[in-house]
Amino acid sequence: MASVPFSVSAIRELFPALRQKVYGKQLIYFDNGATSQKPQVVLDTLQQYYALENANIHRGVHYLSQQATSAYEAARRTIQQYIGAKAPEEIIFTKGTTDGINLVAYSFGERLKPGDEILISAMEHHSNIVPWQLLCERKGCTLRVIPISKKGELDLQAFEELLSERTKLLAITHISNTLGTINPVKELIEKAHKVGAKVLLDGAQSIQHLQIDVKDLNCDFYTFSGHKVFGPTGIGILYGKEELLDSMPPYQGGGDMIAKVTFERTTYNTLPLKFEAGTPHIAGAIGLGSAISFLQSIDMQAAAAHELELTKYAQGILDTFEGLHIIGEAKNKTSVVSFTVDHMHPFDIGTLLDKQGIAVRTGHHCTQPLMDFYQIPGTVRASFAFYNTKEEIDIFVAALERSMQILGA
Amino acid sequence: MSIQEKQQDIIDEFAIYDDWMDKYEYIIELGKSVPTLAPELKTKDRLIEGCQSNVWLATELKDGKMQFSADSDAIITKGIIGLLIQVYNNESPAEILQSELFFINQIGLAEHLSPTRANGLLSMVKRMKTEALQCLTQ
Repeated sequence: MASVPFSVSAIRELFPALRQKVYGKQLIYFDNGATSQKPQVVLDTLQQYYALENANIHRGVHYLSQQATSAYEAARRTIQQYIGAKAPEEIIFTKGTTDGINLVAYSFGERLKPGDEILISAMEHHSNIVPWQLLCERKGCTLRVIPISKKGELDLQAFEELLSERTKLLAITHISNTLGTINPVKELIEKAHKVGAKVLLDGAQSIQHLQIDVKDLNCDFYTFSGHKVFGPTGIGILYGKEELLDSMPPYQGGGDMIAKVTFERTTYNTLPLKFEAGTPHIAGAIGLGSAISFLQSIDMQAAAAHELELTKYAQGILDTFEGLHIIGEAKNKTSVVSFTVDHMHPFDIGTLLDKQGIAVRTGHHCTQPLMDFYQIPGTVRASFAFYNTKEEIDIFVAALERSMQILGA
Repeated sequence: MSIQEKQQDIIDEFAIYDDWMDKYEYIIELGKSVPTLAPELKTKDRLIEGCQSNVWLATELKDGKMQFSADSDAIITKGIIGLLIQVYNNESPAEILQSELFFINQIGLAEHLSPTRANGLLSMVKRMKTEALQCLTQ
C-alpha cells in the first residue's frame, strides 16, 4: 500500500502543530499516548466537510445529504479495509475507545449471568476496568485480574489458571498506555476461545503503532479512538464480528438505529446502524477515514521500526541516569517510556519539562491499580509517534537533566 | 503589610525573572524552605487530593489572626503554597474573605490554579477561605 519510502522529515512537514514554538522553545511533542497531532489532510477534510458537504445523513433525499452519506459510508469502508474486517457491517462508529467498551459491556453484557466471569489484566486503563465493574454489579458477575510481573509483562501461567468455562469475556489492552508493553494477544485470544470466552482488545494504543488485522488476530471485538490515530476527537471505532454484533441487543435507542417505531413495538435497523443511535459525528467519521487513508500512504512497518528505535534510544539513555527508574521493561514494548526519579514528584518534572517546550504526561495515566502495584504515585511518560526524532529525544534528555538538577539541588 | 501590599511585593520580586526556568527555580527554592508539616498533622481531613499532587492544609486562629501551614508531595506546588501562606498568614478572617487574589495571575502562574490542573491548589485556596469564614462565624 505504501507509495513513498518512510521519511520522518517529510512526514513532519505534514503536521502543522509540530512547527510551533511554546514559551519561545520549539515544541517537542511526546504526549502521543494521550492524543496524536493531526496531519494537514485531516484538517482539510474537516474544513471541506463543514464548508461544502455538511448535511445530515441516511435520510435526506437532497444532494448534500447524499454526498455526506456516501462520504460517511466511504470512511467506514476505508477503516474496514485497513483493519481487515470482513464487512462494513462490522465497523461501528462510536465516540471513542471508552464508548466502544461501554457498548460491549451494556449490550454483550446483557447475556451474562451471576457467576460468569470477566477477565482483565492488571495493566488496564480505567476505561477497561470500570465498565466491567459496573457490569458485574448489574449482573452479579465476577471480575478477575491477570497479574503482571515487575517488568510489566502478563503472567501467562496465571492467565491460564484464571481461564475457565465461567470466563465469558477476556477484555485486555493490546498495548499498555503506561508501560508500552505489547501483549501477546494472538496467544491470549486462542486460549480464551478454547474455553468459549469472547475477546475484546483495547486498541487505543495499538492502532497507531501496529498494522492491525482483526481477521488474523481473530479477536471478537477491537476498539480504538480516532484522536490517537491522527484523526479527530469524539470519534472512534468498535469492530465486532458480524454474527456476534448481530446477536447483541441495541445499546442506545434513538434515530438511525430503528427500522420501524410504533408505540406497541419497535424493530431495529440492521448492522451497523443498529448501534449508531442519533445523528453521528459525521465530520469526525469522515475525518477519521481521512486519517486512516493517510496511514495507508505510510510504510507502517518502517514507521513501527522507527518508533521502536526511538523507544530503545530513549530508554538506553535514561537507564544510565542515577536515581531514575524505568517503569515497564517488557521485552516486547514500544513507543512509551515511563519513569520515576527518586525524591522527585512526576508533576514537578513534567512542569519543568513543559517550560522547556517539551510535552510529556505525568500522573497515574488512568491506571491507578497499576500505580498501586508499583507503589508509586505516578510516572513521567514520554510517548512517541512516528513523527518524533532522536534529536528531539536528545533535547528532552538535556531538559530532563536540567530539571533534575534544579529539583535535586 | 496588607494582603494587597504583600501580593504586590511578590509581583515585584518576580518581575526580575524573564526566563521561565529562573522563575521556577525560585518557586522550587521557596518550596524547599517551607517547613514540612508534621506527620501527625497530615491527617485525612487536612488532605486535599489532586489528580497530580496532594496538598495538606492545617489552620489555626491565633489572637484573631489566621495561621496556615501546608505541605505538598510536589515541590512546585509547595512553593506556590509558600506564596499563598505569605499572603494570608497573620491576617484576620475578615480581611482574607474580602481580599482578591491577583498575584498568581500577575506572575504568570494562573495555570496552577486552573480547575484543569488538578494539583489541589485551587481547592486549597477555596478551603483557606472556607476556614476563614468558619473562624469568623464561630
